[in-house]
Amino acid sequence: MNVKTEPLAINMGPLHPSTHGVFRMLAVLDGEVIVDLEPVFGYLHRGIEKLAEEKTYKQVIPLTDRLDYVSSMSNNLVYVLAVEKLAGIEVPERAQHIRVIMAELQRIASHLMAIGTWANDLGTFFTPFMYMFREREKIIDLFEMVSGQRLLYNYLRFGGLSHDLPDEFLPAVRKLLKVMPGYLNEYEELLKENEIVLARSMGIGVLPEELAINASASGPVLRGSGVKWDIRKVDPYSLYQHFDFDIPTGITGDSYDRYRVRLEEIRQSLHIIDQATQDLPAGEVKSKVPLNLRPPRGEAYSHIEAPRGELGCYVVSDGSTNPYRFHIRAPSLINLTCLKDMVMGLKIADAIVTFGSIDICMAEVDR
Amino acid sequence: MTNPTEAEVITAIREVFGEGAAKLDDRSGILVPVDMWLRVATYLCKDRGFNYLGDLTAIDYKDHFEILYRIISLEKNQSLLIRVESTDREHPEAPSVITIWRGADFMEREVYDLMGIDFLGRSPLRRIFLWEGFEGYPLRKDFSL
Amino acid sequence: MRSFINYPPAPPDWPGGYWWHWLVFTLIIIAFVMTMALIFIWYERRLVGRFQSRLGPNRAGPFGFFQPVADAIKILTKEDIITSRGDRVIFWIAPIVGFVSVVMIFAVVPFWEGAVLVDLDAGLLFVLAMGVIPSIGIFMAGWASNNKYALIGAIREVALLISYEIPMGLALVGVILMANSLSLEGIVQAQEIPFFVLQPLGFFVFLVASLAEINRTPFDLIEADSEIVAGYNIEYSGAKFAVLYLTEYVEALAASVLLSTLFLGGWRGPILPPVIWFLIKVMAMFTLIVWIRSTLPRLRIDQMMSFNWKFLLPLALINLAVVTLVVFSSLPGWVAFISGSLVLIIYLALWSVIFRRGGKFVQT
Repeated sequence: MNVKTEPLAINMGPLHPSTHGVFRMLAVLDGEVIVDLEPVFGYLHRGIEKLAEEKTYKQVIPLTDRLDYVSSMSNNLVYVLAVEKLAGIEVPERAQHIRVIMAELQRIASHLMAIGTWANDLGTFFTPFMYMFREREKIIDLFEMVSGQRLLYNYLRFGGLSHDLPDEFLPAVRKLLKVMPGYLNEYEELLKENEIVLARSMGIGVLPEELAINASASGPVLRGSGVKWDIRKVDPYSLYQHFDFDIPTGITGDSYDRYRVRLEEIRQSLHIIDQATQDLPAGEVKSKVPLNLRPPRGEAYSHIEAPRGELGCYVVSDGSTNPYRFHIRAPSLINLTCLKDMVMGLKIADAIVTFGSIDICMAEVDR
Repeated sequence: MTNPTEAEVITAIREVFGEGAAKLDDRSGILVPVDMWLRVATYLCKDRGFNYLGDLTAIDYKDHFEILYRIISLEKNQSLLIRVESTDREHPEAPSVITIWRGADFMEREVYDLMGIDFLGRSPLRRIFLWEGFEGYPLRKDFSL
Repeated sequence: MRSFINYPPAPPDWPGGYWWHWLVFTLIIIAFVMTMALIFIWYERRLVGRFQSRLGPNRAGPFGFFQPVADAIKILTKEDIITSRGDRVIFWIAPIVGFVSVVMIFAVVPFWEGAVLVDLDAGLLFVLAMGVIPSIGIFMAGWASNNKYALIGAIREVALLISYEIPMGLALVGVILMANSLSLEGIVQAQEIPFFVLQPLGFFVFLVASLAEINRTPFDLIEADSEIVAGYNIEYSGAKFAVLYLTEYVEALAASVLLSTLFLGGWRGPILPPVIWFLIKVMAMFTLIVWIRSTLPRLRIDQMMSFNWKFLLPLALINLAVVTLVVFSSLPGWVAFISGSLVLIIYLALWSVIFRRGGKFVQT
């Protein structure tokens, strides 16, 4: 008997529980196997780059919050660094330390969310997700303490911070540093050697090292493929050269390695925060910057290691109060480049797991 | 991350491709003519080890478009800024570097979508953020909000 | 069939003759099933809340006890949508097919000594037969929805069905051999020592296979919400969805009831009245199922099939061999316990290593 079959085109998204926002995967299936996949996005495009051209330099900081709303502090940081480079503004050492603390806390919060949602994509019924959110909540409380906001912080300013840390911040951070390693071990017990997690994620969504480099992957996706590349080490900013930390890398570049890299990065971040809080210098947190900043004609590019990868900001000034051009190098967007190569020939369930392990934020992809 | 002396790279490019192939820009970076760019890019990637495309974007300077490539060598930890100018206001064009750096795929589509620069030598460009049929290119300076 | 119509087995000392017995017990069973399903919904949500370090529903009534009622009111007042190009008739019938057949399982389950609607001589076969029909209902629902996700879910259900049904049946053969009876009443009577002690392997296999049968984690492939959104019931809303949702919990109830009847000794137990023992065992089994659900991720479709065929089926056969040996050579019970547990531990350890080595080794 000759059975006639035909491929099934299926639209996963834009409203799908596992697309982490409004992402659409146009997948062509042969049974359960993916034979073609095209990522479609733009549903959340707000034209932030164009909007920024109409705003003064200071007014752009709240806009950067809205790029990757899961790690607003990192977005603040990259923009502030770019404008400081452009206008030649000095930053007090205390502010630099606090920026490092904030960036690393943000990395922990973002990675926790990444691991939690990834575990959800694996099919756990929200248990790891809820555990991760329990800890993320503590970090968000810290951010609320310093900035009054829980999601979009708008905390950094040119030449420093909007205001100094409150008195109760450092004890709270120390408390967090004390309890976090125990929680991390708990997560590892829950996920690291779970046979089903291993079977579902090892060897799934493999990104070879060469392809990762060629496709400009960055962050945990690049490091999961075994490339020791971290902007904090290779091009230090905000005093990262003074802190001691390792760059965890994966071996095979599969979904499991990316998850392991994230978990190890949380440990390293805790280590960095520990150092930064211990020798936190006293002094000013903001240098004198004119309220209506007019940087000289020119351009500046800054890049940082955001939780999702290399986040770059390119600012061009024509000497006026508004940026002439404001460009963001969005790691979420660029990491998606080889999604198709990673999931071809796998099953739908694997595609979801692979996509979850890349960890994107749609607000940053679409901007 | 260090920058290689741009003069050194320019000399090397000129040795291979002739005098007009590279020029030091007065801001920073290297200015490469648009018709030589694909060959220069291949050279930089294959022979000079700039195997990682860090960033690709374009700026509208009203009389010309400038496309910026920030290329990185992971082994030597060096980065290099390449500027390519496209003067045609109506139909700006540049060669696509997708065959050299796969990562250029979405970045070129983004530049096409928002700035309207056509990259030749790859699968036809489609809008990436905006919908098909959208009029104009928002990041151009003559597109007012 | 003849014996079923003409000679319904008489319950001992029940007043009013057969017809009263049937009427009363039908009402009792329906009331039991509906109440327990609602209690299960509440219980699962509260318990999963505890597992996930959150509260769970706690607003409607004491401890949120009336949350299922509030949910039911909400669901029943929702708009009833049928996809325009779906198969309307099958779309309508599918939830009913599933629900009715699951409720029929309870007809042969003894709640007390003699407290059973009909003590069929072929009770276990009846249970197996009725247990399969909900899968047909699920397939009908997925097929009639005219939705790609629903279709994938429906096809997965069929793949799941042919995988888990054989180990499940083989695990039951061990029970039949040991009890020397197919009637559930007879099986409970035979359990001087509960069968999960005498054949831990069979208990394990039946537990895992029932997880697959009731579509619970790690086998919830057919409604994998992170992959195919909700699978077969994606297009259902309103009352029809309520029935599908209820069916799931009645299936879970049926699985707990069967596990406790076949392996935990049903209503047997000291001091407390038998029906209380029965309920305690059912709740314990359901707690176990919820615990598994809130702990484990989901298997992939091919992993699920290789798991069922390569892991559960040999295990069920080993169990059958052990039980046969024990029963026919009249060995004491502890031999069965020790040999069964030993095999289970060794087998689990071996397979854990194979699974641990990643996707390659378990792919088909």
